[in-house]
Amino acid sequence: MTGIERTALELLQAQAQGETAEAITQSFLQAIKQRDPHVKAFLHVDEAAALEQARAVDAKRKKGQPLGKLAGVPVAIKDVLCTNGQPTTCGSKILQYFVPPYDAHVITELKQADAVLIGKTNMDEFAMGSSTENSAFFTTRNPWDLERIPGGSSGGSAAAVAACEAPLSLGSDTGGSIRQPASLCGIVGMKPTYGRVSRYGLVAFASSLDQIGPFTHDMSDCALIMEVLAGRDARDSTSINQPVPPYSKTLDQPVKPLTIGVAKEYFSEGLDKEVEKSIRDALKVYESFGAKVKEVSLPNSPYAVAVYYLVATAEASSNLARYDGMHYGYRTKKLDPALVEKQGAMIATFMQSRGEGFGKEVQRRIMLGTYALSSGYHDEYYGKALKVRRLIKDDFDRAFAECDVVMGPTSPTAAFKIGEKADNPLAMYLSDIYTISCNLAGIAGISIPCGFTKSGLPIGLQILAAPFEEEKLLRIARMHETASGWHTKRPKM
Amino acid sequence: MAIEKEQVQWVATLARLQLSDADLAKMTQQLSAILEYVDQLKKVPTDGVEPLAHPLKVSNVFRDDAPVPSLTVDAALANAPDRTGDFFGVPPILD
Repeated sequence: MTGIERTALELLQAQAQGETAEAITQSFLQAIKQRDPHVKAFLHVDEAAALEQARAVDAKRKKGQPLGKLAGVPVAIKDVLCTNGQPTTCGSKILQYFVPPYDAHVITELKQADAVLIGKTNMDEFAMGSSTENSAFFTTRNPWDLERIPGGSSGGSAAAVAACEAPLSLGSDTGGSIRQPASLCGIVGMKPTYGRVSRYGLVAFASSLDQIGPFTHDMSDCALIMEVLAGRDARDSTSINQPVPPYSKTLDQPVKPLTIGVAKEYFSEGLDKEVEKSIRDALKVYESFGAKVKEVSLPNSPYAVAVYYLVATAEASSNLARYDGMHYGYRTKKLDPALVEKQGAMIATFMQSRGEGFGKEVQRRIMLGTYALSSGYHDEYYGKALKVRRLIKDDFDRAFAECDVVMGPTSPTAAFKIGEKADNPLAMYLSDIYTISCNLAGIAGISIPCGFTKSGLPIGLQILAAPFEEEKLLRIARMHETASGWHTKRPKM
Repeated sequence: MAIEKEQVQWVATLARLQLSDADLAKMTQQLSAILEYVDQLKKVPTDGVEPLAHPLKVSNVFRDDAPVPSLTVDAALANAPDRTGDFFGVPPILD
């Protein structure tokens, strides 16, 4: 690969051979200038700050000082992660002018790795969506077909890497928001096991489901950035105290023997025929390596979307209660006297600020979650959903007792057209049918490119592994990559 | 199970969301469709199943009760919609 099409590893090698971090960052800033008016991946780019970081890396190298694992490599950041002194909007009018006074843990880790933070990317508002159409600002386009969605909610981060505007990016995944856009944009996207990466500084959507993860062109970059992101952080009490394996050192070791579970429930109606063929071809690649493909059943997976839209919305209704216009964020400018009369000035301010500031999808989910948790409905909805959640997790425990990983399509279709599902919330929710269970069970998942439709749209293979088996998962994903070469494809822009 | 407009209004008030009449009507229709979809959970047998609120077996995490540096007043007030001296200006809470 040359120029902006290079991977992070290639950019590190190039710097070892004399290319400057400043020149590299400049080339990606150029790419953003040329391509982003069409792709619209970025919400905020601070050129001066990015170049300053790059120059600092060059100065360190010149002085012979030790350099971090991602030295001089530009990384785009989903605007759901707090960056000190830089806007963090979560794709929402409610945080349009919010500037966090602190860095998220993963941002600190990236800075310590000498990465160059190149900009904040567009997303569905508060990470709620599967197409990036719910951003309060604009819709990001799929670099493979600008009339189509890039997926969501981390659409901006996925599009930025696919369009070679940055070699690496970060997203967040609550029901598939990294894996689905990775699949639709033809790149690698990983959701680590719940607790593997600290959520400190990640604006919360659903606290028992959210995880931060990377978008990369290939598996070597994925393994490398995972080493930087993973690990215990005292500021996130759900971050697990487990050592981080040297993922990049073991990456090229194939897993033998390998038993792959294929859930029969994932190959039913609604799955596009071209996507199905691509997945079956990928499985044949694994069989050529000597892997055994075995049918398994995840009998409760048809209920995953229903469970998610009760559990995630309930958690969201609680997490988003903080947006009340008092300490930060949007506050309504003009109070409605009739509402003040009825509710008092304080509650009227809450109601109007939130009613005016939140987009429709966010409001819908807050409403659902509030209802599911309300007195009289709590057990019937939220309580019941938590029980079915246990059954979904048990299904995976059983599958992993007889298989190393579970494989299937990441998304039932390739990228759909902008506006196609915008008026049908339920149809939109069903885009996540294959990704959602992973978050409910807290297990690890990755989407890797495995082909294209006849019309040139990317297709993704999803691989799921038991909790904290990232090392094995990455090696298994790498096996497919060595045989297929899909990771070398770049869209013509 | 469909939801009625009055219930939707009650939920909106609980959620501190002001909705216009048009939005209320649309919201009622959309929530009804979603609630009908999630109703399928009713037929899943869950007797004796423990709810799973959290994917990991975790226990409380403690730290020493020692003060550490926090945000400065200026940093904490930097995003305030209405800064009044060293305070957040807010609407009256009590009438």
